[in-house]
Amino acid sequence: MDNIAEVRNLVFEYKDEETGASARVLDGVSLDVRRGEFLAVLGRNGSGKSTLAKHLNAILTPTSGKVTVDGFDTSDDSKLFDIRRRVGMVFQNPDNQMVATIVEEDVAFAPENLGVPREEIRRRVDEALEIVGMSAFKRHAPHMLSGGQKQRVAIAGALAMRPELLVMDEPTAMLDPSGRAEVIETVKKLNRENGMSVVLITHYMDEAVRADRVIVLDRGRIALEGTPKEVFPQVEKLTALGLDVPQAAYLIYMLNKHGLGLDASALNDEECAAELLRALESRRKGAGEP
Amino acid sequence: MLKDITLGQYFPGDSFIHRLDPRTKILIIIAYVVMVFLIQNFIGYLALALFLALCVAVSGISPKYLIRGLKPILVFIVFTGIFNLFLTPGEEIWRWGFLKITVEGVRFAAFMVLRLIFLILGTSLLTLTTSPIALTDGMERLLSPFKKVHLPSHEIAMMMTIALRFIPTLLDETDKIMKAQSARGASIDSGGIFSRAKAMVPILIPLFISAFRRADELATAMECRCYRGGEGRTRLYELKFGAVDVLGWIYMAVLLAAVIAINMIFGKF
Ligand SMILES: Nc1ncnc2c1ncn2[C@@H]1O[C@H](COP(=O)(O)OP(=O)(O)OP(=O)(O)O)[C@@H](O)[C@H]1O
Ligand SMILES: [Mg+2]
Repeated sequence: MDNIAEVRNLVFEYKDEETGASARVLDGVSLDVRRGEFLAVLGRNGSGKSTLAKHLNAILTPTSGKVTVDGFDTSDDSKLFDIRRRVGMVFQNPDNQMVATIVEEDVAFAPENLGVPREEIRRRVDEALEIVGMSAFKRHAPHMLSGGQKQRVAIAGALAMRPELLVMDEPTAMLDPSGRAEVIETVKKLNRENGMSVVLITHYMDEAVRADRVIVLDRGRIALEGTPKEVFPQVEKLTALGLDVPQAAYLIYMLNKHGLGLDASALNDEECAAELLRALESRRKGAGEP
Repeated sequence: MLKDITLGQYFPGDSFIHRLDPRTKILIIIAYVVMVFLIQNFIGYLALALFLALCVAVSGISPKYLIRGLKPILVFIVFTGIFNLFLTPGEEIWRWGFLKITVEGVRFAAFMVLRLIFLILGTSLLTLTTSPIALTDGMERLLSPFKKVHLPSHEIAMMMTIALRFIPTLLDETDKIMKAQSARGASIDSGGIFSRAKAMVPILIPLFISAFRRADELATAMECRCYRGGEGRTRLYELKFGAVDVLGWIYMAVLLAAVIAINMIFGKF
């Protein structure tokens, strides 16, 4: 199986208890999360990103359609913990996902719940803290840490389950720039070195640019899908979907509007600078030759 | 104001007291509290004071810090003292209008004040030398025999852990809201008791709303990490009684015997 999670025609509706009316939040979403890939999910506020994330570990189950994780159907109650242990979740607010008053005890929470033997818990906790670079803080109280450090502890808490997939719902939204960088580097490293499959929900385009694949949700449907190089040059479409565009992509888009004819796949500063240089160079050559 | 709260603070260390099993410490503190109320004369309190002083010395906690923990309830202690001083009937020694002081009143007031102080100091010493997790673990284990009568011992311990975990977070938040409200011109530190109480409303409402949101998110996060109650749970740190615990019990037994003996020999007051 090369997909860790498969979503087929997922429809999800919230029912209003009083009026009986229902609001459709996800409206026929189909997607695969491939093993080892880094998938970014974008979309404006209320487009259904968090709702989709919660379907990936059976916190929510489909109104219709089907979600499977590692072959287990999330609607099958008897497989609930088989599913949850395979999917690590990290949320926006680091304060609201820590249970214990000491870092290492918090990281131990999931394996404790799973009934893992003590020596094995110790091994997993040490390993997880090592991966996120927080070993030096294992006896600290969580509230003494910075936002970025707390979020890395939260990632370690998920890793201690030895998950196959890490789903992160705007993990950097409450962090300062250095905290954001810390967290994203950690996730990138996990994906690259440990082969962890990652689903990252974010509002930051510079984070999405680093993914292998991007999905844009709009009103509960997938509006755009592709590699960053395919998605981000579509500036008008992205703007219509209520998203920002990475600055490099926007610059090239504006220049192209004035007929510069640049390659629109440049997504970060270096690529953008290289493309501009190349264009300047070829112009100079073009002008030099009579 | 919020900084004075020492409840739930923990000073890591490696003293004899730190190394005691939390269950031993909880049992000792229960015996201690019983003694505080059992003692009937000042010699008994002297013995208890010696015991406490020895514990403090061994623990390496600064006595100054321990005593500072009394500050938030100072008003309460003084009030209790005055209340008992003037309102206990008995043999009069001083009178001014309707106010009178009796021999019994003096004794009773002194006893009540001593009891309160001993209670606070003893329990503070416990929380200062025991990590909150160890404390709740100890509690859970001590209560687990009562599971048979449907006492939710795991749930009680989990609730305490979460409460302790969120005390600093909520204190920080209260501080922020207070600052935000006073930046908008609200004053909480001035005015009569009613205007002060009224000024608390715009602080408490956002605090409650945020606490509910936090609780909701925490519950989801716990579910995501496969939480399903105490059944089948293992622990990173298992509690184990050691040689130090035996010493702790002996120490306590000696004190208990001493207090009972003092009570019998010296009688009441
Ligand atoms: N418990 C709920 N009951 C009813 N409606 C809800 C509930 N939770 C979310 N919704 C609605 O579902 C829709 C999608 O919400 P969701 O949280 O998935 O969006 P999102 O893309 O994560 O948004 P954001 O970027 O703000 O996090 C929103 O319109 C929201 O109002
Ligand atoms: Mg969301």
